[in-house]
Parts: sequence; C-alpha cells; structure tokens
Amino acid sequence: MVQFFARRLLFMFISVVGATVVIFTLSRVAQDPRELFVPDSGYGISPEAWEELGNKLGFDKPVVVQYFLWLGRMLKGDFGESLSMQQPVSTIIGGKIGATVQLAIGGWIVAIIVGVPIGVLAAVKRGTVFDYIGRAMALCGQALPQFFVGILFILIFAVQFGWLPVGTRPVEFDFRFYILPCVTLGWAPAAGIMRLTRSSMLEIMDSEFVKLARAKGVSNFKIIWKHALRNSLIPPLTSALLLMAGFLNGALVVETIFAWPGIGWIALSRAVYDNDLPLLLGTVFVFIAIYLVFALLADILYAAIDPRIRYS
Amino acid sequence: MATDTAISAEDLLLSRRTGLFGAISWAWFFVRRYPVIPTGILIVLVLAGILAPWLTPYDYAIGNVRDRQLPPMSHGWVSPTAAANGEIGQLHILGTDHAGRDTLTRILYGARISLMVAAISLISGFIAGTSIGILSGYLGGIWDEIITRIVDIWLALPFLMVVLVATILYGQSLQLLLVMLALLAWVGFVRVVRAQTLILKEMDYVALARVVGASPTRIMFKHILPGVINSAVVIATLNVGGLILTEATLSFLGAGIPPPTPAWGVLVAEGRDYIDSAWWQVIMPGAAIFLTLMSLNFLGDWLRDRLDPRLRQID
Repeated sequence: MVQFFARRLLFMFISVVGATVVIFTLSRVAQDPRELFVPDSGYGISPEAWEELGNKLGFDKPVVVQYFLWLGRMLKGDFGESLSMQQPVSTIIGGKIGATVQLAIGGWIVAIIVGVPIGVLAAVKRGTVFDYIGRAMALCGQALPQFFVGILFILIFAVQFGWLPVGTRPVEFDFRFYILPCVTLGWAPAAGIMRLTRSSMLEIMDSEFVKLARAKGVSNFKIIWKHALRNSLIPPLTSALLLMAGFLNGALVVETIFAWPGIGWIALSRAVYDNDLPLLLGTVFVFIAIYLVFALLADILYAAIDPRIRYS
Repeated sequence: MATDTAISAEDLLLSRRTGLFGAISWAWFFVRRYPVIPTGILIVLVLAGILAPWLTPYDYAIGNVRDRQLPPMSHGWVSPTAAANGEIGQLHILGTDHAGRDTLTRILYGARISLMVAAISLISGFIAGTSIGILSGYLGGIWDEIITRIVDIWLALPFLMVVLVATILYGQSLQLLLVMLALLAWVGFVRVVRAQTLILKEMDYVALARVVGASPTRIMFKHILPGVINSAVVIATLNVGGLILTEATLSFLGAGIPPPTPAWGVLVAEGRDYIDSAWWQVIMPGAAIFLTLMSLNFLGDWLRDRLDPRLRQID
C-alpha cells in the first residue's frame, strides 16, 4: 500500500513536470516573452532596459535552468504580476477562487442529486419509463453543449418568465443567483453519473449476495437501498471526485455565460482581450495542480473504500 | 436504439405483409434496426455544407443593413415603389442577425467549416493515435512506458486553457485550431489500440509471421493494423462528437475559428447579445449542433455494437 502511494506520488510529480513543460515550451517557442511587456512600436524602452528585463527574467541562463527556476517560482505560488491589472497573479486568483469553488460545489451537488437517483431508478426499473427518461437524459447531456444549455436557461427562465436573475453573483449570498449556473454546470455530468450508477447498479443487482438476500426474504426496498446502492456507489463516487476537479477547471464556459466572477472568467476575459499571459499561465498552473491532487485523492479513496482492489 | 440486431420471429412474420401496412412495417423495421434517421441527418448536413454556395442566394459575411433582426419566415426589404408594384423581398427562412445576414445561410456555411475542422482533426488524430498505439503495444518496454506516461500527462492538461494560451501566443487562426484539435484527438485512440495490440501480438499467427521472417514493420502493418482498425473506427465515431463540441466551445469563447467565418459556436456567441429580442439567432445554430451531436452519438453507439461489442464496457 505504502509502495503504491509512493509510486503514485512519483507519477504525480512526473505529471506536474510534464504538463508544465508543455505550457512552458508553448510560451517560449512562440515569441520573446519580453514582447508582452513592451508595446509593438518599442516605445518607452531603450536597448539597455530591454537587456535588463531579459536578465531579470533569467534569459542569461540555459533554457533548462530557466524552466526549473520558473517551475520553482510557480510551486511557491509566485506567478508573477498580471499585465492588465498591475497586481500579483496570486492575489487575483486568491480573490476570485472563492466564487469558482462555490459554483463548482453547487454544480457538483446538482450532478449528484440528479444523477444518482435517476441512475438507481433506471437500473431497478429497467425497461420502464424511468429507464427511458434516464437514457433520454444521458443523450441530451452528451449532445447539448454547455454554452447552449446555459443560454437556453437564460432565455427560458430569465428572459421569458423572469423567475430567475440572468447572471452574475451578488456580494450578499442570494440563492436565486446560484440556480441557473449550477444547473448548467451539473447538467451534462449528471448524465455521466447516471450512466455509471445505472451500469454498476445493474451489475450489483445481478450479483450473488443480492440473490442470497432475496432468497432469505429481505424486502425489495432494503435490498436496493441498503445492500445494492452502497456497493454500486463506488464507481460514481470516485469519478465524482474527478468531476469536482473538472468543475473547478471547466467552469470557464459557465462563468463566461453568467458573468460569474470566478478565476475562469477573469483569466479568459483578461487573457483574450488584454493578452494577459502571466495571469493565464498562473491559472493554468492552478488548474493542473487541482486536477492532479484530485486524481490522487480519487485513487486513494478508491483503494480505501474498495478493499477488493489490489495495487502492485 | 438499434441495440438489438437479432432478427426475431415477429420480424420474419413482417416479411409476409404486403400493401401499405406492410410498407410501414418494413419502414419501422429498418428505422429500429439501422440508424436511418441519424445517417440521413448527417448526410443532409454534409451535403448542405458542401453545396452551401449553391443552396442559398445570400452572402455569409455581408448583410443588408435594412434587414437586421428579422424573425424567421419574414421577407427582406424592398423599396416603397417596388412594394407598391406588389413585389416582396427575398425570404429569410430562419430570420437574420444583427448585421442583416441570413441565419440559414450562416448555419449552412457553419456546417461546412465545423464539419471540415472536425474531419481534418479527427483524421490526423486517427492516424497518429492508431500508429502510436500500435507502436506502444508492439514495442513494449521503455517505449510503452513513455507513451503511456505522455498520455496520462496529456489527460491532466486543462485543454481549453492550453488552447487559450496558444491562441494568445500565436494569434487566433484556423490552422492553430486544427493543430490543437488534432493534439486533442490522438489520445482517445492510443489506449484502446494499445490494449488490443497487446492481445494480438501474443497470437500464434503473429508468432508464425515472425518465424517466417516478417519484419516488425510488416507485422505491425499487415497483421496487427487490420485487427485494431475496427476499434479505431468505433472510437473515431464516438469521439468526433466531442471534437465538434470542443470546436464549438472554443469558437464560442472566442479562441476558435476567427469571425466572420460563421462557425456554429461563433453564431451562438454572437446571438447571445440579442437573446431578449432575437431568440432565433441562438436557437437555430444551437439546434444544428444538437442535431449533429445527437446523430453522431446514435451512429457511434450503433457502430460500436456492430463492429466491436467489447468496447461497450468502456462507458
């Protein structure tokens, strides 16, 4: 077990290095990073200042050394200074990440409370109308793009009926502002969770111990909710952890549609309109770190709750 | 749908029916057994994309300012004298957008660009992913380890953000989008193809080929590739929807196909500003994306059941 986790940690480190190499290479191959700091005309900078900027960024050292210096700074949380906002990137991310986390948790809850019960129903009442509802939901979840779902929701619930606010997040907590973004975010993954729950539930319902429970006369209700559900929740729950990581990363689209002041939106708007590369690189780094940590957690959780799994 | 391909006694009975009722029964039989509707929709979309310039009298980039925000099924502007003579303007079946451009025209040209992007990146991903998968599985050892590790790292990258980084650095362009989507597509093939290659290379016929003196290249091309190609095709049909979705999302975010080329994602993004007054600008391109993805999903599921039922356990 210890050996497995050591191995897993090593792989995680390799992944961090690999993923950041990709980002670093991308950012260095394209252009001289100094050009981002200076207007195209070269106004306001002398050749000496240009050289000095290069030295400050560590250009006098070999590329490999530059990479490790850069990675070291990133790991310490020093992402540099945002070009468009004149603030340290870490301050900006720290200030905005709360909104993203709230949104991700909301979307996650939606995905779970929609996906798991429908998945169980679809498996238990296989071939009935519940199964078809579940399947239709899964298909729509796969085929409707997130940005389209979000706009449809706005169109129906905010513009047409005026029940819910169109977007943004007020400083004061207001439940109504969370409904549309969270449902949009949780919509497609709910379908995935549903399919996973359904297939693992079907497998469990067909297993020997459920048949034994039936043979000794356990009520159907108890079989489903006590014996089968608990065991069939293992795959959906572990994938739900990765889902959470994906939400923290993938809130980009939802944040853009609903003008949600999270890190995805700030990075996107600043990056695309103001060429704010340091902010974007910092965000990407945070996203990679979040994903890898959650992937590690999922593996640990998987091993902890399912003793049948042996790692070698 | 179409998951059950065995022919039942009931279906055999159907063959004896004649007349209108028999025809309807047969039609229903085909619709249930074969992906007629999804294939039909896809063929229509591909044809619409290819024939777009001949199908529509309008230009996709230049609109008529007098015809802004026309609702579906309305006629374009004509001069008062012409109107007095009883002339009516050209019909805009799906309405027009904020610049007076015909929505249907833009959706047709959007089908052209979106399907083309998906096809090119998928084919590059298919070739690269399948070859890398076969190499990884067949060579084994250190190569296998390196490739598997790279695939793992690739999956950990937040793809949308990486594309944004690339867009800032290299500027928004079609070429960049194609490269990025191809870089996304290849990973999907590697794992499945590698797993299949591992099985195939232990088979007796591969061992015999080696005994006869076939070179590794020949074994991989002649003996292993035919065995994995079915799975690769299935993966391709299952993944192409994801590629179209990613392209649409990127275009929507402003990092995909540059305007004024009317990609579907761009159309939705442009229409978003006018949802309170002109709903059709968002709904119509969105519906096009939805129909395409739906059809591809149905087709992919059907192909998977047909060509490679073992892949079923993946989802």
